[in-house]
Amino acid sequence: MQLFENVTMALASVRSNKMRSLLTMLGIIIGIAAVIAIVTVGNSMTGTVTDSMSGMGVSNITVSVTQKDSDDTAGTARGVTLRRFMDATPAADDLISDEMIGEFTAAFPDKIARIELSQEAGSGTLAKYGDPDTTITATVSGSNSAALQALEDSTPILAGRWLDDEKDAGRHVAVVSEKFVEQAIGGSNTDAVGKSFTLNLNSQLYTFYVAGVYEYTENIYASMFGITDDDQIVTSIYIPLDVAKEIAGADAGYQSITVVAATGVNVTSFVDTVGSYFASYYTYNDSWTVSASSISSLVESMTEMLDTLSLGISAIAGISLLVGGIGVMNIMLVSVTERTQEIGTRKALGAPGSAIRTQFITESVILCLIGGLIGVALGIGLGAALSAVVGMSAKPSIGSILIAVGFSMGIGVFFGYYPANKAAKLDPIEALRYE
Amino acid sequence: MQQPDTNTTARRLHLPGDAPETARPLIEMHGIRKSYYIGKPNELEILHGIDLTVYPGEFVAIVGESGSGKSTLMNIIGVLDKPTAGTYTLDGVDIHTAADNDLAAIRNRKIGFVFQTYNLIGRQSALKNVELPMLYAGVPAGERSRRAKEWLARVGMAERMKHQPNELSGGQKQRVAIARAMVNEPALILADEPTGALDSQTSRVVMDLFHEMHEQYHKTVVLITHNPQLADECQRVLTLRDGLITGERRGAGRRAAL
Repeated sequence: MQLFENVTMALASVRSNKMRSLLTMLGIIIGIAAVIAIVTVGNSMTGTVTDSMSGMGVSNITVSVTQKDSDDTAGTARGVTLRRFMDATPAADDLISDEMIGEFTAAFPDKIARIELSQEAGSGTLAKYGDPDTTITATVSGSNSAALQALEDSTPILAGRWLDDEKDAGRHVAVVSEKFVEQAIGGSNTDAVGKSFTLNLNSQLYTFYVAGVYEYTENIYASMFGITDDDQIVTSIYIPLDVAKEIAGADAGYQSITVVAATGVNVTSFVDTVGSYFASYYTYNDSWTVSASSISSLVESMTEMLDTLSLGISAIAGISLLVGGIGVMNIMLVSVTERTQEIGTRKALGAPGSAIRTQFITESVILCLIGGLIGVALGIGLGAALSAVVGMSAKPSIGSILIAVGFSMGIGVFFGYYPANKAAKLDPIEALRYE
Repeated sequence: MQQPDTNTTARRLHLPGDAPETARPLIEMHGIRKSYYIGKPNELEILHGIDLTVYPGEFVAIVGESGSGKSTLMNIIGVLDKPTAGTYTLDGVDIHTAADNDLAAIRNRKIGFVFQTYNLIGRQSALKNVELPMLYAGVPAGERSRRAKEWLARVGMAERMKHQPNELSGGQKQRVAIARAMVNEPALILADEPTGALDSQTSRVVMDLFHEMHEQYHKTVVLITHNPQLADECQRVLTLRDGLITGERRGAGRRAAL
């Protein structure tokens, strides 16, 4: 029997019973649409998260001082008495020290690309250029050149240069934004380089020389909170790390550092190595330890969560598909009964049982395939709408669409077989005589 | 396919007392019996031993009242059903030894059915309906379409080949059905009350078509009817009564004004 003829006949049959066919397909449509929608949303979610996070660097490992778990008993055997949850913030000797960083760097020379360190020095205020009554604010943070290097990729320097660890050590130099130049210094970016400005930081006055001007990019949070007034815009000023530490009075260490793994290093496994290396310094600490995490481990846990969600929805979709399949079987049985005389005629004209079976299975498959395609279209639409609500771009997965279409055809074969076989086995005489 | 002229057609009239036939019979039945509900208390024998021989090129009518076993005999001749006892050879094929799929192939290639109720497939054009037997015979699409159009033209339905059955009158439907029966060039045209649902004028057109198939295309036609007038148009008339052939005579050969 020829496929083309079968498909034409099946389409004619579906067309002649439009409403009935549509109602029959409903279970398939809903099931497939649900699967495609959840896959689309899941895809766009992981896609967006991965995109935004890879911008931050997948090779970044954040090492931060955290409170010990209540069931963490490391060190107690050596007589450490636990004093947990007593302090809200780590004391100076609980922080990650330069010594630790030095030893760590020496221990893994091949695996570390750089270590980004930064120290907040606080918010500074100064009078606006040409308007002494208005004060403008800037946050001041000390960064080593490794931290600035990460910044350089996204933020071009317009005039002057970025800071250098060795050359600028202990010097009161700063890299400021073009916005800051416009508001606090005046003149062109090039002219601003070398000029000085005085900030009121923590009730003390500090004078800095401009070493470089970087391109100002609008802070998304500023626009989100509706800060449109230029005076209220807070820009960042970068100063040498040791200067910031001196201003902040934080000479002991860092609460958090960023280790950038060298290219080719398996970040996921290196995270654990880094974590346990630093944690070893804290074995005898009574309430603080260090934990390491990376973007990739974050993405992984997020993907895991989404997978669980997808599984749940897929189970519901599966039930819908099962019910849909039974609906298809039911309607095919009705169709076989309605067309008993036609089947008898076909047999009299010489159709073998296999041809009749193929004809009805084709019809059932076409029914499910159309349902599946409508479901896919609906699912993509739904997924796109949901993604848009959450503010992400929809990413339908070709693989899941192909699987969905294939699966709906499979349902057609599976649930169409019994009615088709019933038709194939009809006695031609009784079928011909059927009214 | 033999090419009988009028002389041989006459010679093939095989009546008791005639000289023994030398050509191979198309239908050869001996002692055909058919029972239903075998082994049950209401076991019923419809045919009580039918002997029937039809030679290629004959136009035979089987007449009988309802309940005489006409339909049962037609089903057996048309290989839709197997007899309980007796032998049946159709065009040299012993149907007892044939499997279901072989029977389908025999129906497809050796027999062209024409039913009282036309039995065209709904939602399919006249052309598609005529193509159907060729589809089951595995004829390629281009050839199918060409031959179907040719036969539709021969029965005068070329203009309406794109129409669906529900857009055709009874006579037109029956003409399409005859084209469908002829298209695979079967050895036998088996017509069951083909004019039963038609008015007399249309019946005449349909009967003339059967005569044309017989005379022009040399088809063997077995016509089953309860109408003695129609039967009389045929070369040979067999009377069926209570499951037995009780009479056999030559038809008048004259076409009646129906």
